[in-house]
Amino acid sequence: MSEYIIKNGHVYDPVQGIKGDKADVAIKDGKIVDKAGSSAKVIDAKGKTVMAGAVEIHAHIAGPKVNLGRIYRPEDKLFSCTPTHGMERMGGGASIPTTFKTGYEYAKMGYTTAMEAAMPPMFSRHVHEEIRDTPIIDEGAFPVFGNNWFVMEYLKNHEIENTAAYIAWLLRVTKGYAVKVVNPGGTEAWAWGLNCLTVNDPVPYFDITPAEIVKGLIEANEYLGLPHSMHIHPNNLGNPGCYETTLDTMRLAEGFKAKNKFGREQVLHLTHTQFHSYKGTNWGDFESGAKEITDYVNKNKNITIDTGNVTLDETTTMTADGPFEHHLTGLNHLKWANCDVELETAAGVVPYIYSPNISVCAIQWAIGLEIPLMMKDPMRCYITTDHPNAGPFTRYPRVIKWLMSSKAREEQINAFKHKDKVLSQTSIGSLDKEISLYELAQMTRAGPAKSLGLASMCGGLKPGMDADVAVYDFNPEKPVANPDDIEKAFSRCAAVFKSGVQVVQNGEIVSTGHKRTLWVNAKVRDNPQVVRDINEKFLKYYSITQANYEALGHHFVPNPYALEVDATNV
Amino acid sequence: METVTITMKNPPALYLEADNVSPDAFAGKTAAQIAELHVHEGNTTSSLGKYFDVNGSAGATAADTKIIVKGDVKKVKYLGFKMSAGELIVEGSTDLYAGAWMTGGKILVKGNAEAFAATAMKGGELTIEGNAGNYLGAAYRGDWRGMSGGKILVKGNAGSDIGMYMTGGQIVVNGDVDVHVMIHAEGGKTIIKGNAKSKVGGQMVEGDIYVFGTIDTMMPGFKPNGEIELEVDGTKGKFAHFIGDMGERHKKKKGQVVYANLYKKI
Amino acid sequence: MPKTITDVICPFCGTLCDDIEVVVSDDGKKLTEVYNACVIGTEKFLHSQSSDRVTRPRLHQEDGSWKEISYDEAVEYTAQMLAKAKKPLMYGWSSTNCEAQSVGNEIAEISRACCDNTAAVCHGTTLIAVQDIGLPTCTLGEVKNRADRVIFWGCNPSHAHPRHMSRYSIFPRGFFTGKGQMSRKLVVVDPRVTDTAKMADVHLQVEQGKDYELLNALRVAFKGEWLPDVVAGIPKEKIREAADMMKSGRFGIIFFGMGVTQSLSKNHNIDEAIAVTKDLNEYTKFSIMPMRGHYNVTGSGEVFAWQFGFPFSVDLTRGFARYNPGDTSSIDLLTRGEIDAMFTIGSDPGAHFPISAVKQIAKVPSVCIDPHLTPTSGVSKLHVPVAFNGVETGGNCYRMDNVPIDCRKVVEPPEGMLTDEQFLIKVRDRLKQLKGAA
Repeated sequence: MSEYIIKNGHVYDPVQGIKGDKADVAIKDGKIVDKAGSSAKVIDAKGKTVMAGAVEIHAHIAGPKVNLGRIYRPEDKLFSCTPTHGMERMGGGASIPTTFKTGYEYAKMGYTTAMEAAMPPMFSRHVHEEIRDTPIIDEGAFPVFGNNWFVMEYLKNHEIENTAAYIAWLLRVTKGYAVKVVNPGGTEAWAWGLNCLTVNDPVPYFDITPAEIVKGLIEANEYLGLPHSMHIHPNNLGNPGCYETTLDTMRLAEGFKAKNKFGREQVLHLTHTQFHSYKGTNWGDFESGAKEITDYVNKNKNITIDTGNVTLDETTTMTADGPFEHHLTGLNHLKWANCDVELETAAGVVPYIYSPNISVCAIQWAIGLEIPLMMKDPMRCYITTDHPNAGPFTRYPRVIKWLMSSKAREEQINAFKHKDKVLSQTSIGSLDKEISLYELAQMTRAGPAKSLGLASMCGGLKPGMDADVAVYDFNPEKPVANPDDIEKAFSRCAAVFKSGVQVVQNGEIVSTGHKRTLWVNAKVRDNPQVVRDINEKFLKYYSITQANYEALGHHFVPNPYALEVDATNV
Repeated sequence: METVTITMKNPPALYLEADNVSPDAFAGKTAAQIAELHVHEGNTTSSLGKYFDVNGSAGATAADTKIIVKGDVKKVKYLGFKMSAGELIVEGSTDLYAGAWMTGGKILVKGNAEAFAATAMKGGELTIEGNAGNYLGAAYRGDWRGMSGGKILVKGNAGSDIGMYMTGGQIVVNGDVDVHVMIHAEGGKTIIKGNAKSKVGGQMVEGDIYVFGTIDTMMPGFKPNGEIELEVDGTKGKFAHFIGDMGERHKKKKGQVVYANLYKKI
Repeated sequence: MPKTITDVICPFCGTLCDDIEVVVSDDGKKLTEVYNACVIGTEKFLHSQSSDRVTRPRLHQEDGSWKEISYDEAVEYTAQMLAKAKKPLMYGWSSTNCEAQSVGNEIAEISRACCDNTAAVCHGTTLIAVQDIGLPTCTLGEVKNRADRVIFWGCNPSHAHPRHMSRYSIFPRGFFTGKGQMSRKLVVVDPRVTDTAKMADVHLQVEQGKDYELLNALRVAFKGEWLPDVVAGIPKEKIREAADMMKSGRFGIIFFGMGVTQSLSKNHNIDEAIAVTKDLNEYTKFSIMPMRGHYNVTGSGEVFAWQFGFPFSVDLTRGFARYNPGDTSSIDLLTRGEIDAMFTIGSDPGAHFPISAVKQIAKVPSVCIDPHLTPTSGVSKLHVPVAFNGVETGGNCYRMDNVPIDCRKVVEPPEGMLTDEQFLIKVRDRLKQLKGAA
């Protein structure tokens, strides 16, 4: 295997506390090593920024609703496809890229690991086929649990051990990574056209509340000691005043402590926080609740968040929050796709245009930036766009520009048609903080890796870790002439390594490497009750047999990497 | 105005995609340079000069450029693709996508044009002296933003699906049309001087359709709303007025619900 | 000792039943019995055993006879054909697995071809409608567990999807539908009195070609607006009754097929049916689902979409993907004489396409990959039989509701036969050499 030495770059590594020192990074046999041998190939990083490969904690990039978005939006590909060239297969899709394009675009920006945010368990084969066809980056997928019939029945009687056994079984048969919760209870209610908008609204028939579901899943997650925490998209997304529901949801984590062998410290990860930070009572008096939300997260250290930044593009919303999408199509009258999944979940898809001329969109943009600017601990706040919901992931360099340059933010604010509303309804005008490269590394590498339980593998440049390295044409010692230079530098890396293989050189793909599918193999004691319940539900209620449910076979997961969890002695 | 004449000399075995035959692509170029522009036959790329004789030279800008296309171009697609200014005259009939995505300028097709002419038109004028195919002035697949401006005139007949997802502009057909007129339209105007068949105005939110001839079957979503004297494109007469599509959503302007209008000449 | 293999997936129609049981000989070479499948599915498994199967590629000779050639020679012919063609069409894909479809996509990309699947003559119009208006749908288990209003519009599952009603839509006792068919009201919309229509609580005998008008009238009825006395042959009172019945359910589902996708209006019929479904979600819960025909046409659409961005009629001739049925769709390409080579797999355009299109297939270099002797293989220059997917080789497939189920291999193919995937891999590798050398 190859040896490399990345010389003389400005290194930013929160894992080792390196804040821009000129240092060499040595790679051998897929890992970061202390020293490289004399035959190591030299990568000149003089005047450049060196970080670990970035870690995407939440994006919708593989699976049935993503593909439904592709199928039903041919216009997303019109005049914007890239041809087959060099090592790259053809690609297309401005807001929902094809799988090949997804891998190339992430890699070119220096991302080396990505998590598919919501996997409907019954469709896990589909998710894995798309993951397999996404080149270069390691990926995992989060099965959804918050509207699952087994989970609701067990948690109604607070049966944590049974819930944990079911989670372990489901992670294994779907090759899943974590416990994802979307609109708990509300998406089951949606199967009848209803919803749960507060944490106390009971789910029709199942007679359990979202609060009980969330608390029960946190408990079960810690019972097992999984690498990641419960990862939640709370009820009431996107409605003015929803910040109250978000606070109610986060309060459910009070008193819980993380229990695991992976270095994770949080018990709840709140995703796309921007969409859950709205004050006001209607779209007219709509205002930012970013302060209330970040105040709470700043004080409660057992929570991590990701931002969900609005990028002001035409994009496609897609989520397992089925009722929300129905609500959205009622507002913008654009084409609405929906799929309810038996016993498990649902999904909805609706295109959306975040226009800078609409005050609501401009306020959403501001909230997305207020959140990371007001968070005190960058190790607990990660940059995302909830791709493609608030914007395509290819806009991360633009979000970075806005966070690193208050001048860039000011330019955007001045370009808004309703600038006055943005300034009166949010506090973006008074925030002049500019995040540093070290903070950027915390928010896009070390932080998300730690939250996911991957801190020993990736997100840093400590010897022994995977050799996932990104080199940017960005000189921290030169003052930034134009904020657009930040965006340009972070769009195309000078070099990227994935597991020690160079995959990007001067912004072009030079190898597709050997991507892995990350999943969690949790072992529990034998549980005949849960085994029986699973058998029974397949026999009576599922439309496929139990023997045909598991995503088994080399063609689905050609290169698996299992994180082992032993919960047999709990 | 400078004129470039291209004459088909070497008909393709398959079909040609001539997206570069527009005043915008020709502007500022000599005949020799124009002959070097790419043209595609299936998966092979050649130069325009392989199939056409090129004479004359273009103006400095698209607006100063006129193109005359001679010879048999029945198997040539995309003439006038994305043009923004200037003139294009096709002496005979042409294939798919004539004037597709055009934003300005004038196109005249002396013969027939096949399907997808003036897809997503934003401005300018397209005149077809013969017949037009299906999807005249329609949106691209999946796009809710269709034709938004400009004028189309078809002197012969037109096919099905004209004006689908239209939001503005005007289509006039002197002859007959096939099924499905202005489906899903949210604005714009279509005048059919001949006869229509059925599915006229289905799912229409807003916009106006005028039919001088017969309509075989009316959409149930169009409700009779009296009669009205109108002058439409130079013709005066009494029209039966229908509003609809009553099954579809409609906006309110100044407290009044805004319907799409269908006027059928009595 | 013969052995029984359970949980076998039937590779015939979009119902993709996965509870089939197959009895095979101890050495795995003979398949003797099939349980639980419908008549069509049973035959699908059993006919793989017929003694007169073609087991080797054959090349059509000048005098009309066929000469047996080796798989390697067939690979060479196919790769050469695709390498030389200016606009080849690679059509079908619906009766093979996703792994083969994926290799096929690689071949199409390398040879810069047009690729298409059987949606082009089937539910392609559904996909066009979905692209225009969206799709509120669900999995078949939701229908089984919740549906109390079932509508079959322009389809006849008694004949085309025989076990659909017993496994999913009418008879099962699901979680919230414990009384089975008694919990459900069935409406059939069809100009004919079909076997399915005979089971209906309400049969609306719509006038042919007027489904679009009838669907529009339902939407008008939902809003309580004025209706003419008769629409599409149905009196307005009956239309209002049907509208009320749909609104009064707890969970409704519309299943539809060729009766509306390939009759006058095509995609507009489906568009308006989806609009009906969307409107009903203001009052109750309603979904809509296409009755997909071939057992893996859905899979072909999924694989095309995640790799190229479009679900059918994909044109790769310019080195990137383009899509516009009417321009890039198979029948139009053939009838307009746009194609100079034809590659067919997992489908039978010879039987299903208009004769003017089939005549084109006969004119150009052509390859047909199919275990059977079909009208397509009959007009092609090269016929390559392969193992039956879902019987003699496994592989992933997608059901009509997009649920992925991994088909099983239950019996060995005849000695020396290749699978689709194996043949395609050889073609791809040879084509890479030819294109690399160029």
